[in-house]
Amino acid sequence: MSETRAPEPALLGLEGLTKAYPGVVANDDVSFAIRPGEIHALLGENGAGKSTLVKMIYGLVKPDRGRMTMRGAPFAPASPAAARAEGVAMVFQHFSLFEALNVAENIALGMDRPPAPRELASRIRAVSAAYGLPLDPARRVGDLSAGERQRVEIVRCLLQDPKLLIMDEPTSVLTPQEVEILFRTLRKLAGEGTAILYISHKLEEIRALCEHATILRLGRVVDTCDPRQKSARELAEMMVGEELHVPSRAPATPGAVALELCGLSMPPASEFGTPLRDISLSLGKGEVLGIGGVAGNGQDELLAALSGESLAPAGTIRLAGRDISRLAPNQRRALGLLAAPEERLGHAAAPDMSLTENALLTGAVRERLTRRGFIDWARTRDFASRIIEAFDVRTPGPENAARSLSGGNLQKFVIGREVLQAPEVLVVNQPTWGVDASAAAAIRQALLDLAGRGAAVVVISQDLDELMEISDRFTALNEGRLAEPRPARGLSVEEIGLMMGGAHDLEVSA
Amino acid sequence: MIVFEKRPSPSRFWAAVTPVLAVLATMIAGGVMFWLLGKDPLVAIRTIFWDPLFDPTFGAYSRPQLLVKAGPLILIAIGLSIGFRAGIWNIGAEGQYIIGAIVGAGVGLAFYPTESRLIFPLMVLAGAFGGWLWAMIPAFLRVRFGTNEILVSLMLVYVAEAMLASVSQGLLRNPDGMGFPGSRNFKEYPAAHNGEIIAGTGMHWGVVMALIAVIFAYLLLSRHMLGFQVRLSGEAPRAARFSGVKPARLVLFCLGLSGALAGMAGLFEVTGPAGQVSIDFGSGYGFTAIIVAFLGRLNPLGILLAGLLMALTYIGGDLASLMLGIPAAAIQLFQGMLLFFLLAMDIFTNFRIRLKKPEAA
Repeated sequence: MSETRAPEPALLGLEGLTKAYPGVVANDDVSFAIRPGEIHALLGENGAGKSTLVKMIYGLVKPDRGRMTMRGAPFAPASPAAARAEGVAMVFQHFSLFEALNVAENIALGMDRPPAPRELASRIRAVSAAYGLPLDPARRVGDLSAGERQRVEIVRCLLQDPKLLIMDEPTSVLTPQEVEILFRTLRKLAGEGTAILYISHKLEEIRALCEHATILRLGRVVDTCDPRQKSARELAEMMVGEELHVPSRAPATPGAVALELCGLSMPPASEFGTPLRDISLSLGKGEVLGIGGVAGNGQDELLAALSGESLAPAGTIRLAGRDISRLAPNQRRALGLLAAPEERLGHAAAPDMSLTENALLTGAVRERLTRRGFIDWARTRDFASRIIEAFDVRTPGPENAARSLSGGNLQKFVIGREVLQAPEVLVVNQPTWGVDASAAAAIRQALLDLAGRGAAVVVISQDLDELMEISDRFTALNEGRLAEPRPARGLSVEEIGLMMGGAHDLEVSA
Repeated sequence: MIVFEKRPSPSRFWAAVTPVLAVLATMIAGGVMFWLLGKDPLVAIRTIFWDPLFDPTFGAYSRPQLLVKAGPLILIAIGLSIGFRAGIWNIGAEGQYIIGAIVGAGVGLAFYPTESRLIFPLMVLAGAFGGWLWAMIPAFLRVRFGTNEILVSLMLVYVAEAMLASVSQGLLRNPDGMGFPGSRNFKEYPAAHNGEIIAGTGMHWGVVMALIAVIFAYLLLSRHMLGFQVRLSGEAPRAARFSGVKPARLVLFCLGLSGALAGMAGLFEVTGPAGQVSIDFGSGYGFTAIIVAFLGRLNPLGILLAGLLMALTYIGGDLASLMLGIPAAAIQLFQGMLLFFLLAMDIFTNFRIRLKKPEAA
């Protein structure tokens, strides 16, 4: 690091950390240091080795070579408990919370030696007030928003008085306002001397928050910088190692109405689901509609209502003027309405089935892969190979199980499967979630190309940058209600935040 | 230290080799058990696996028994395996087997003593219908009220057994049987008799049907969209709904098919090897078929082999307890070991095992 500041003793030092898995070197000779009170970004594409690295720090994985030091002393945690004992805490990207238990019970479950319930509740209140993270210990986690759930995880870490807090993609589920609150909390923590290792691929956030960045590519440290001095584009290019391909399209003039929702209301499918409330919407051919919103506000339910997994009341969904509310998924596919759900493994694809079989999963009708009920496996394999080729899915071949693909590659396959079927209307939920930058750009370009060919595209996403980049109009889901769609160009962050509406108890008690 | 690493996809090699290893492990562990019981393990193993087929004295009697016992096991297990593949658990095949036998036999006996070539096929259809109807009870209750098909189908076994006792003493009792419980013997009613097709082989129409079912199930699962939907529903229920599978229809299909096949097996048994409807007609085939289905990895060809193997251990077990005085419980333990080792060896299919030097902390 090219710092000229007086050499403050590092809190955590990494020297030559190397970890190899069969067939892939996840981390290769990684070295850097984090000082107390520093917010340090770890930046890299998916598969760059960020997760492996933090797992080594958190005691989940043992390095093959290299050493770590904590305050100058050797640090080799054999387990997360050992890492916690040394003052390392981690907030994971996917929450490990039980929906049926309340906040205090969830926090107690994650602690090594939880105090008595009454004492714990008062400590939770104290910590959450001190750091501006309003949280009621008695509320059931199933009733909390994603942002509030994250607070549960953060408070759980803070109760252990950490010296180093690791945050893995913390803002992927937050509204802009919630992000702002999180950042204030993190800055306050850093001001008190806690070091923060912040993992993200959201460049604007890193520029706003972090003072150091270590950039990983293919397991190696390729660069370090002060992200405040760099543009987002420069950071992205360091991360990807090539010139970024920004999706391009000619702004479309929407054609005839392709998809129409009239007063769609539906009860939730499960106890923890969200009801859809009076959703009305009209979408023209060639148009891309972006639907933002914090997770759990009806995104899954809207997708299920459109895909036909749950049947809507008659007359509420029209495809090119025809009422399709009561049609089954395959009837809708035959008419040209295709969908790609968020959850790749288990919903969009069957994990243990081959890519060929997964191609059949939605392609049977439109690609005519069956004859009188009998499957034409040669045709199906051919369809799967076409997806693999057209969408650059990295796999040895279509006979491999979906589970064996990386998240990004499987996502390309899932989106490609629908796009290649030439839909009239395509609905996608979180098309680039957990996908690296170049794959995400390829997916967005494919969606734009599809719209360019006259299809209507609905993109449900929590990535606002993505929605702003590709949408013609923008709207947001909030507690099952859809805001009035507005042209995406020229919307301010404040306006977007208001549409997402997650303004409940968000004000920082400063 | 031994470390298990999950394989990216299950190993085909190990899936094929583990059944053989499991049989070998059963022989070893079973041999130890027989030795502890004071029997010569080699003789015991030979009596179970070799003598039923090749012994000059008993071979002629026990060889046909192999098909007689394997036929119903395979026929029922095929039907069950398709439901199991879809995550639909019909545990009550024994009840469907009994009701199929009662309904089919009842239809046949209603025509007594008419002689027609149509009677036996009609009885087969009636047997299938009876089993189907009995399986439709848990199917309907699950689809309509969300009940658990495992419990309902299992409990209906006991209802079926009570009905069997009732009809063999009442409705279907042989009028010329001097008041003894049990129906007329089908061996004395040629139009309704399911005799050996080739003398001395044990091959009857039920065995033929079992082979047809194996081929049918193979084609269904590997070539047909419905079979694909069955597999998809078992592996990823959400993906199946997304793909367009209607779960309720699949429940009706899977329970209906397994019920019909079990009912048919009952009919073939009652008109052939058993000969008559009697109180002790229920022989446990419906339960053993569950083991056969899993032993055959829910794969039609595997079930064919597993059915034959299971039949062999039954015949061999009987022979061993007769010839060597091995207690029946030890034989059952031996059969249980087979299932245990087979399921335990699954770990080689899904995991790679590595030896790792213990690390210095």
